[in-house]
This record gives sequence, structure tokens and C-alpha cells, in this order.
Amino acid sequence: MIAHTQPSDVIDVVGITKSFSGKREVNAIDLRVRRGEIFGFLGPNGSGKTTFIRMLCGLLTPESGSGTCLGYDVIRDQREIRARVGYMTQKFSFYEDLSIRENLDFIARLYAVENRRQAVDASIERLGFQGRSGQLAGELSGDWKQRLALATCLIHSPQLLLLDEPTAGVDPKARREFWEQIHGLANEGLTVLITTHYMDEAERCHRLAYIAYGTLLARGTVDEVVASAGLSTWEVAGPGLNELARELRPVEGVRQVVPFGNTLHVTGSNAHALDSFTSPWRTRGTHQWTRVPSRLEDVFIHLMDSARDNFS
Amino acid sequence: MKAFGVHRFWAIVLKEFIQMKRDRVTFAMMVGIPPIQLALFGFAINSDPKHLPTAIVNADRGPFARALVWGLAQSGYFTVIRESATEAEAARLLQLGTVQFVVNFPEDFSRRLIRGEQPSVLVEADATDPAATGPALSAIRALAEPVLRRELTGPLAHLRKTLSPIDVQVHAHYNPENITQYNVVPGLMGVVLTMTMIIITALAITRERERGTMETLLATPVRPFEVMSGKILPYIMVGYLQASLILLAARFLFHVPMVGSLPLLYAVALPFIAANLAVGITFSTIARNQLQAIQMAFFFFLPSILLSGFMFPFRGMPGWAQGIGACLPLTHFLRIVRGILLKGNSLTEIAPELWPIILFMTVALTVGLRRYRQTLD
Ligand SMILES: Nc1ncnc2c1ncn2[C@@H]1O[C@H](COP(=O)(O)OP(=O)(O)OP(=O)(O)O)[C@@H](O)[C@H]1O
Ligand SMILES: [Mg+2]
Repeated sequence: MIAHTQPSDVIDVVGITKSFSGKREVNAIDLRVRRGEIFGFLGPNGSGKTTFIRMLCGLLTPESGSGTCLGYDVIRDQREIRARVGYMTQKFSFYEDLSIRENLDFIARLYAVENRRQAVDASIERLGFQGRSGQLAGELSGDWKQRLALATCLIHSPQLLLLDEPTAGVDPKARREFWEQIHGLANEGLTVLITTHYMDEAERCHRLAYIAYGTLLARGTVDEVVASAGLSTWEVAGPGLNELARELRPVEGVRQVVPFGNTLHVTGSNAHALDSFTSPWRTRGTHQWTRVPSRLEDVFIHLMDSARDNFS
Repeated sequence: MKAFGVHRFWAIVLKEFIQMKRDRVTFAMMVGIPPIQLALFGFAINSDPKHLPTAIVNADRGPFARALVWGLAQSGYFTVIRESATEAEAARLLQLGTVQFVVNFPEDFSRRLIRGEQPSVLVEADATDPAATGPALSAIRALAEPVLRRELTGPLAHLRKTLSPIDVQVHAHYNPENITQYNVVPGLMGVVLTMTMIIITALAITRERERGTMETLLATPVRPFEVMSGKILPYIMVGYLQASLILLAARFLFHVPMVGSLPLLYAVALPFIAANLAVGITFSTIARNQLQAIQMAFFFFLPSILLSGFMFPFRGMPGWAQGIGACLPLTHFLRIVRGILLKGNSLTEIAPELWPIILFMTVALTVGLRRYRQTLD
């Protein structure tokens, strides 16, 4: 086997494309993920996140595009990649009729993990499974299933983790613990690509990318993504916010009017236009208007709306 | 990375065993089916097979014997495939199952007839399947007199008056008492194996796909052949368990004679079990869900049970049905089981039935491996 040097980019792909029955679900995506990075992959339902991840670990073959994953060719060396990647599927996909230990042991055998028994024991201990390792995976609650899935992905000490919505349906405490663990692993040099629909999780990533309709629309740190969108936002407080929202939505220059707690967030993509078209309301004095920084969610919804205008 | 990883193969085997252990109902079904089938098929299924291959040993060579041979063919029950065989040759054909009957005309057949004495004919029958031989034997008895009566013309016409019925001696080989269970019970071994082996494995990969575990499997370095063989091995053991149950029942419940070698039977059962498992695995790579897999299994099972010679005597079926039957592993396995248990056949005698099974297994496994997708595309 050729000795592969450790490149600084763990994932480095260009032009990755995939269609299902003639429809482009992943459209020429370029992506570079650095070693030790936690990379968030966001996008609306059906935007092609799962499809893209499957192409990275060789479960789907891209119809065009090229690149490397862990230094191996994503098209040619799928087996080498599979041996070094831990992939956590969107839907729990371990054996529900096998116990926790049996699941771990099965996967460890498939990867020919050295000192398998110790590795399985250590994994059970690390995840706090002692005493219940004989329980069937199908009987576990959501958070424990998620923990088991993560433990199983890690059993063969992969260099890259691909996590597809790992925290869906998991309570906040378990999510926090999960993220602590992910950051711990990244500190040890593991690279993590993670998809999520939660904004707070997006903000925990070192960098992120946003994809809609199979196309990558934005990438960078949270601040970079927010800045590149060039949105400006007013926060409005006062009485009758519902009517105000209805009045503001059709106004030119206003892209989004979103209730946010006891306030309303009014966002536009052009600060100047937004200010001038909303001035009748701002000068009315009935409400309190404050300029606030745009949030990631505003940016994503804005990106999604403009993508819809462009792609359909 | 090695082409075949024993550790990966073994991982699949162990996993399958654990899942089998957890799935009590299925396991109970696999062990329960043999006795249920035995109970169901303990009774006879009759039919009227025709054109049974026959060899003639004719020491007489006179016109009367020739007329009778012609009469046999006319009756529709017999097809004479060997007109003048030696006794040794005929015995061999019977043993191999090439012919169902050997009709012996003794040297003095014509002489006795002309003298007005009762001539005799010896019919040796392969009675492993009594349903196949019964009607044909009655036909011989019925046709002898009219045929001879027509031959007695001219100076011999006076003999018509005194013509005594021919003495047809029947010598039933292999199952002299014509006990249907002797035929059905060994056959059940093949039927039960076909049924359970195919269904069980037809579900094997479909289930992985339906439950989403296929995605996990595909994301690991495991190879198709490791998955398939790993899934087949545990069920080979189940197959042997079933075969043993039936053999025990055959021996102690139905008192089926076991003339041949049991180790030989166990050995040749292996390619048969593997062939069925391979069919099941192939189905499960094609089926989209478990229901489809079961339907495919039945689609294969029905012709197997109807056209293999289990339900109806093989030679009683029309040519097209025999053609389909000849492609099914069960057909050949039935002949092997009956051959070994009832006739005491040895490996050389069953070899012609063995290679079609091995061929079938190879083809099924190849198709399955080609169909097994290594990606989710
Ligand atoms: N195997 C397949 N065959 C046909 N179409 C598919 C297949 N897999 C995915 N698709 C389609 O491709 C599109 C993208 O799906 P994908 O699962 O990648 O989206 P996603 O971003 O992961 O969505 P979600 O956030 O809901 O998980 C969807 O419209 C889906 O219907
Ligand atoms: Mg998805």
C-alpha cells in the first residue's frame, strides 16, 4: 500500500455532483475541511446533505467531480476511506436485536480492531454503559441510542467522523454532553463533519457551509457567513406586533419579518433600502426600533429564499 | 486489504447466530416445519403417470413376445427405450433409475403359449414411487389377453378358445410393499429444506436494507462474499438439523428402510442446502422489502414442490413440466435421497444427479454476488 502523507485538508473535493432519476440533488460542491476541524453542514430538508456525506464515504458514487478524503481518491479508493471513517447515519442503523456490547463487538470485528475485547470494554466504560451493556439496542431511549451510535462509529479509531444529524430528537442535556465530547475528540486531532438543523449547534462549529437545492451557498466561520450575507436587521418592541408584522411584510426592501420573543426582527438585504422604506414606521414613535446584528438563522432563511428564487 | 477477511466473515456468522437466537419464533418455525409437513404429507397422492421408460429382456424372440411389446407401447403407459437388453444391463438401468420397468420374456414363452399352457412374464418394477408404478402394472395385465387373441390366427386360431391369461409376475424392487411413506418421507427432506432455507435467507439481506443496517454494513470494509457466506453458514447448520429431524422421523416413526450410506447422504445434502441458500440470498438482493422476498421464495417453492416429482410422479408429467423440473435442484435431490435410502445407491450412481445441483448452486451464488450492491446507488 502506498504510504499516504497526512495532508492538512482531510476532505478536499471539487465539483461533486449527483442526480437521482435525472434530478440534480448535489450540484458541483467544492469543499475543504481541515484536520482537527469541526465542520458544520447545514441546509433545509432535502437539500442533499445526506447524499453528499454518503459520497464522501463511498456509499454513493459521484457522477462527476473528484477529490480526496483522508488523502484517498473519493472515487477509486472507497475501501481505504471506509476503513478510516466513522459514519453515523441519520437514522439509527445498528442492530436493534443485538445488545450494546454485541453491536460494538460486531463492528469492532468487521474493522479488525486490535485488542478488540479491551477496545469494546473501554468504549462501554467511556460512555457510561457499564451494567447495561447487555441491554438490547432496540430498547434504548433516544439519547442512549445516539451515544451507542457514536461509540460504535469510534470503535475503530477513525480519522474522520461523518455525523448526519446526530442530535435529532435528543434532549438539551444529552446534546450538550455530545458537543463536549465532539470538541474533546477534535482537540485530539479527529476531524468532524456534522450536519444539523439547530442554530446553536451551528455556532459551536469551527466553520460551516450552507447548502440549498444541492448548491453550496455560503461557507466560513459563523461571523464570516453572517457578514457575507450583508443583511441588516432592526429589532422592534412595542404593542400590536402582529398587525405591525402584517403591515411590514409587503414593504419594499424588507426581506423577513420574524417574531422573536416579545420583539420583531425586521431584516433586509440592503441596509439603505431597508432604512428608507421603513422610516414611516420608525418615525411614528409607536414602537421602539433598535439596530441589532443579524443572526445566523436570518442569514440561512435569507439564503434559502434567494436560492428558491434562483433555482425554481 | 485482503480479498477475503476471515475475521469479517466470522463477525457476520456470529452476528447471524445471535440474531437467530433472539428470533425465537423463526427458530421455532424452522424446527417445527419438518414435523408439520410430515403429518400433512403422510398420506398418498395418486395420479396416473404414462410413458414410463421400460427395458425388455427378450429370451423368447418369438412373434407373440413382439406383439406384447407392441401392445405395451400402445397402452401409453410404457415407452420401450431398450428393446433387447441382457439381464445384467436391465438390472443396471433399473438401479440407475433410467427405466422404471424391466419386462422379461422367458425362453419358453411362445412354446408354452402354443402348447396351450399358461405362459408367464416377469415384470421388474422400480417401486420407490408406488404412485408411478401401480396403474402401469394393472395395464399390463389387462392388455395381454386381447393382444394375444389377435395374434392367434390361421392354424393357431383354435387356441383362442383355450387361451389362458398370462401369468404376470411382478417383482417390485426397492419398496416391495408399495408403501407410499417410503417414497414421501425421504422426499420431504428435500421439500422442507427447500422451503425453509430459501425463505430464511430471502429475508436475510432484505431485512438489513429495511431496517437501515445495510447502510452501516456498507460503510464498513466488509465485502459482499463475506456477507453472503457469513449469512449462509449458520443456516447450513439449521438445514442439517432439519434433515436429521426428518431422518429420525423416517426411521422411527415411519420405519422407512435405509439401505444406503447415511454419511454419503449428509455429504451430498451440503451442495443442495447451499444451492437453496444461494437462491434465497439472490432473491433478497433483488427484493425491495421483506414481503417481496417471501413472495419470490414462494414463486420458487411452488414449482419445486409440484414439478420435482415430489407431489406427482416425475414421469407422469408432460414434457415441458419435466423440463422445468429438471432445472430445479429439488428434483435431483429427491432422486438422490430416494436412491441412497431405498436403493442403496453409491456416489457413482448418484453423480448424474449431483452435478446439476452443484451447477445450480454456482449460478445462484454468482447471480447473488453480482446483484449485491456495494453502494446505495
Ligand atoms: N437513493 C435515492 N434515490 C432517489 N432519490 C434520493 C435518494 N436519496 C436521496 N434522494 C433525494 O435527494 C434529495 C436530497 O436528499 P438528502 O437526503 O441528501 O437531503 P438532506 O439534506 O439530507 O435532507 P434532510 O435534512 O431531510 O435529511 C431528496 O429530494 C431526496 O428525495
Ligand atoms: Mg439527511
